[in-house]
Amino acid sequence: MKNNKKPIVEVRNLTIGYDRTTVMEELNFCVHTGEIFVILGGSGCGKSTLLKHLIGLYEPFRGDIKIFGESIVRSDEDEKRELMRQFGVTYQGGALFGSLTLEENVSLPLEEYTTLSKDEIKQRAYDKLALVDLQGYEQYMPSEISGGMKKRAGLARAMALDPKLLFFDEPSAGLDPITSAELDRLILRLRKDLGTTIVIVTHELDSIFTVADRVIMLDKRTKSIIAEGEPHYLKKNSENEWVRDFLNRSNLKQV
Amino acid sequence: MSIFSEENVFNDFIEKIGKAAQKICKDMRDLTLLVGDITRTSWYVIKHPSKLRWRDVGYYMDLCGSQALPIVIMICFLMGLILAFQAAVQARKFGGEIFVADAVGFSILKELGPLMVAMIATGRAGSAFAAEIGTMKVNEEISALETMGFSPTRFLVIPKLVAMLIAMPVLTVFGDVSGLFGGFIVGITMLGLPGMAYYTRTIAVLHPSTMALGLIKSIVFGILIAIVGCLRGFQSESDAQGVGRSTTSSVVTSIFMIVIADSVLTMLYTFLGY
Repeated sequence: MKNNKKPIVEVRNLTIGYDRTTVMEELNFCVHTGEIFVILGGSGCGKSTLLKHLIGLYEPFRGDIKIFGESIVRSDEDEKRELMRQFGVTYQGGALFGSLTLEENVSLPLEEYTTLSKDEIKQRAYDKLALVDLQGYEQYMPSEISGGMKKRAGLARAMALDPKLLFFDEPSAGLDPITSAELDRLILRLRKDLGTTIVIVTHELDSIFTVADRVIMLDKRTKSIIAEGEPHYLKKNSENEWVRDFLNRSNLKQV
Repeated sequence: MSIFSEENVFNDFIEKIGKAAQKICKDMRDLTLLVGDITRTSWYVIKHPSKLRWRDVGYYMDLCGSQALPIVIMICFLMGLILAFQAAVQARKFGGEIFVADAVGFSILKELGPLMVAMIATGRAGSAFAAEIGTMKVNEEISALETMGFSPTRFLVIPKLVAMLIAMPVLTVFGDVSGLFGGFIVGITMLGLPGMAYYTRTIAVLHPSTMALGLIKSIVFGILIAIVGCLRGFQSESDAQGVGRSTTSSVVTSIFMIVIADSVLTMLYTFLGY
């Protein structure tokens, strides 16, 4: 399907890995403004490694990644930090700072990057926590809340500066089906209410079919993207048998 | 061919040397990068003091300073006591019991006070720094800091460094006084010296500069403990065993570097005539 919207993330000829091991080669894809884009693949195929490259934590072997039109690969340390401020990331376990309360966690980016008064920052932090249904938990420490709540608090922190782009690393991992479905609804609400572009790394099929506009599927064997498109379309019409099997949860065998 | 053949043993030996050399080079590279980043960030913090997380500085001063105070006082007191005992045995042979005050005073202020405080701080603070940063790495908190555009050095290293720079000399002063008191107890009990004589002798031979030399050492040791603890934390592998290994390594490396720094400073002081 053609998408005429402006790309917010552009990946060109990207080869990635760690140490001296190549994980993926010559990746090319775009994420368009306002889209919910899912990076999909079997366990250990390199989804999270790709995400860490997209958000600038790892240097690729070759190729380029542009976010908001700026290369995160070719930028120097200060330019990269400036670029990183413009998007939010939520991690598998929430990655909340253990010595700070939820309110302090969410306030941190606001204290650093805005000139808001203390009261305004506090109010903004309370609003963000309310947005992810964590009102009443503002003074809790991360160790006092559940895994799902940590993920939502991590999301509140990622949204503190109202980024136009959000990355999610395995949002449903370790959550029960009900909490997972709640998180999916939250993701859809974010896109609808705030117009946020969202990139998700996951292999949870229920979530993919609920939230994704478009997916790419990574393949460990060929170290490449083996499918790209709308998940419901790929489920029925993908030329690759393994992709159809994966999306239909049936007869999983590598072709 | 047996796996214990001469050729295999030789190849293993060469491989081990190679890996050890590679690890040392990586450590040196990481250390250089961290020191560079600390220098750059320190300059930024000096220009923008409000950007330093003062609450964290207070927390680490409490952790590394006030909480360590009882053990510092106890160990330095015993160190002074032991030193005075050993000195007394020799001094008695020559009827020079009063010189025990000299031996204890100089040894504690110039050498053992800062060194013992540094050893205690390594075990308490250095290992805690490595474990804290290592655990943050496992929980992806360091990645979160980076992707929020924050400098991990400013958030995690500088507050620890500032706390150590303040806490170490203060702890050393308490350690010095405790050590001198330990020597004093031996002087007036075992040697039967009048308390005032021991005190007067101690005051007569020690100068403020003697204590200052020890305090300079303690500042250097504090910097080393903070940097090595943080370095090992950042180098930690992302699992529980990796955090354990980095914690152990931080203690061993800190002790090694403290002893090296102590040797260099002692030689430098001697060369400069102090």
